[in-house]
Amino acid sequence: MRRRRLGRRIVGAAMTGATYGAAAVALVPLFAILGMLVVKGAGSLDLNFFIKASVPLGETGGGFAHAIVGTLIMVALAAAIGVPVGVGAGIYLAESGGAKAATIVRFVADTLNGIPSIVIGIFAWTWIVRPTGRFSAWAGGIALACILAPIVARTTEEMVRLVPNSLREAALALGYPRWRTSLQVVVRTALPGIVTGCLVALARVAGETAPLLFTALGSLYLSTDVNRAMAALPLQIYSYAVGPYDEWHRQAWAGALVLILLVLALGIVARLVTHRKAYG
Amino acid sequence: MTGAPLPLTAPGPPPTVVERWRALRRESRADRVYRAVLTAVAWLLPALLLVIAAELVTGAWPALKTFGLRFLTRSIWDPVASEFGVLPLIAGTLYVSAVAMLIAVPLALGIAIFLTEFAPRRLRAPVATLVELLAAIPSVIYGLWGIFVLIPVLRDTVWPLVRPALHWLPFFQGAFYGPSVLAAGVILAIMVLPYVAAVSREVLLAVPAAQREAALALGATRWEAVWTVILPYGRAGIFGAVILGLGRALGETMAVTMLIGNRHEIGLSLVQPGYTIAAAIANEFAEAVTATHLSALVLAGLVLFAITVVINAAARWLIWRVAKGSAAGSAAL
Repeated sequence: MRRRRLGRRIVGAAMTGATYGAAAVALVPLFAILGMLVVKGAGSLDLNFFIKASVPLGETGGGFAHAIVGTLIMVALAAAIGVPVGVGAGIYLAESGGAKAATIVRFVADTLNGIPSIVIGIFAWTWIVRPTGRFSAWAGGIALACILAPIVARTTEEMVRLVPNSLREAALALGYPRWRTSLQVVVRTALPGIVTGCLVALARVAGETAPLLFTALGSLYLSTDVNRAMAALPLQIYSYAVGPYDEWHRQAWAGALVLILLVLALGIVARLVTHRKAYG
Repeated sequence: MTGAPLPLTAPGPPPTVVERWRALRRESRADRVYRAVLTAVAWLLPALLLVIAAELVTGAWPALKTFGLRFLTRSIWDPVASEFGVLPLIAGTLYVSAVAMLIAVPLALGIAIFLTEFAPRRLRAPVATLVELLAAIPSVIYGLWGIFVLIPVLRDTVWPLVRPALHWLPFFQGAFYGPSVLAAGVILAIMVLPYVAAVSREVLLAVPAAQREAALALGATRWEAVWTVILPYGRAGIFGAVILGLGRALGETMAVTMLIGNRHEIGLSLVQPGYTIAAAIANEFAEAVTATHLSALVLAGLVLFAITVVINAAARWLIWRVAKGSAAGSAAL
């Protein structure tokens, strides 16, 4: 009896240790990747990297300015289209409760979230690039918006749902019409959470490469014309990483460091927004 | 709102009370406008899904008409002769994803159990955040790291060590140059890990405390409570989490494209190059010249679309069955 009990305790301790091990193993690649980005990328970051566009191989002083500007423009386009749709859909989902129509929209949003981003890229190509006859930042921005909107819808819904019902009832009891109750009381209360959700979603689409491959296509020149092909950080990193030259690889690492800093900065700002809500 | 009289005791002229009462009971015109706008915006999402499906079918139609169902069963991929079949791509996609899940699922489950059962309280939030951070790293950065760090480590350090023991297995035949099913599978495992872990954790958190307490009261060790009570209780949800991760793995593009080596052949060897649907689209789409080639790639995209939609629906259903009503899985986005 006692020996059996000992055996059970040993198994328990071993498996507990194994779960600690699993957590540790998962964190190895995280730190390996972040560390490598700093080690390999930081050395190539200088002023030129941020203010110069790409230069031909052999010349020095080239940078990623065109890619940084392109990413900012396309993420802004995506936000301008995707955020209103996502937030509106999210409020609808939260405010219409368990209605059947809401269930359908919710299921569709989850389905859209599961569609591979490369498929969204194909869609944007057949929908926009092929009819207009050219690659454009518009097509890239719209492809990103298609990824952004369903994510924002689901996080917005969750944030609006967190608002206690008593608040809604109080506003209605004071004679507020429903739309003002919804917008000025419920949504306003949930606003920091909604903003956080939007920023996290923007961080995700900022790193997307696949939907831009044949929509924005990429470019080597600094351009702000949204009707033409445009560079983006992930695209430039990709084409330099798979290229054969050491100089390109060096710049790809630096670009990757900038991209991850952009993504993390958005994430940190997102956390600050919610943090202020908790103590404000 | 029910029709029951409301206990309004505030002083004021009767019309005001009636107005308030009306405000509660009936929608004004502004309310209807507000609701109509929200509804219209929300239904843009189903409309988008329909447009995506319609565009893909339209774009794929020429290839669908030419090749029919043979497209799914043929192994030829010849842009010059305009002959296309995606069997190697489908097989490759499934194979790489299976390798990734085989690595990721035990780890993710271990992390979920660690975070819900065994971790000291003060470690839970930071470890959960760090694991979620893995999901924030863009795919192209995984690819970059894979090319310049993971592949050299696998090729120059790991492979020489394990080759003598494993080279007789069909999975380890041939020379290992770097870009391979193995490299892509390992990167993919790291990428889906946070999703599977986050959803599994949610499922385990949804297991009622009474279940755990009952097991412990019967004399089970903490591990036995997990193994015999908590995991079986959340089985369907965990299965859902795994399938959700699989959906991610099947559609993941950039990192796989950069690491898999792009070979249009079916093979068992993990150390040889392979190919996936997403990688083929990413590589060939912008360079496709003929209409048939483009259409075949769109059709491949349609196949991928169909697979992931079905898999996601199945996963959501399984998770929903466990964590009924709660927005399962969304925290992992």
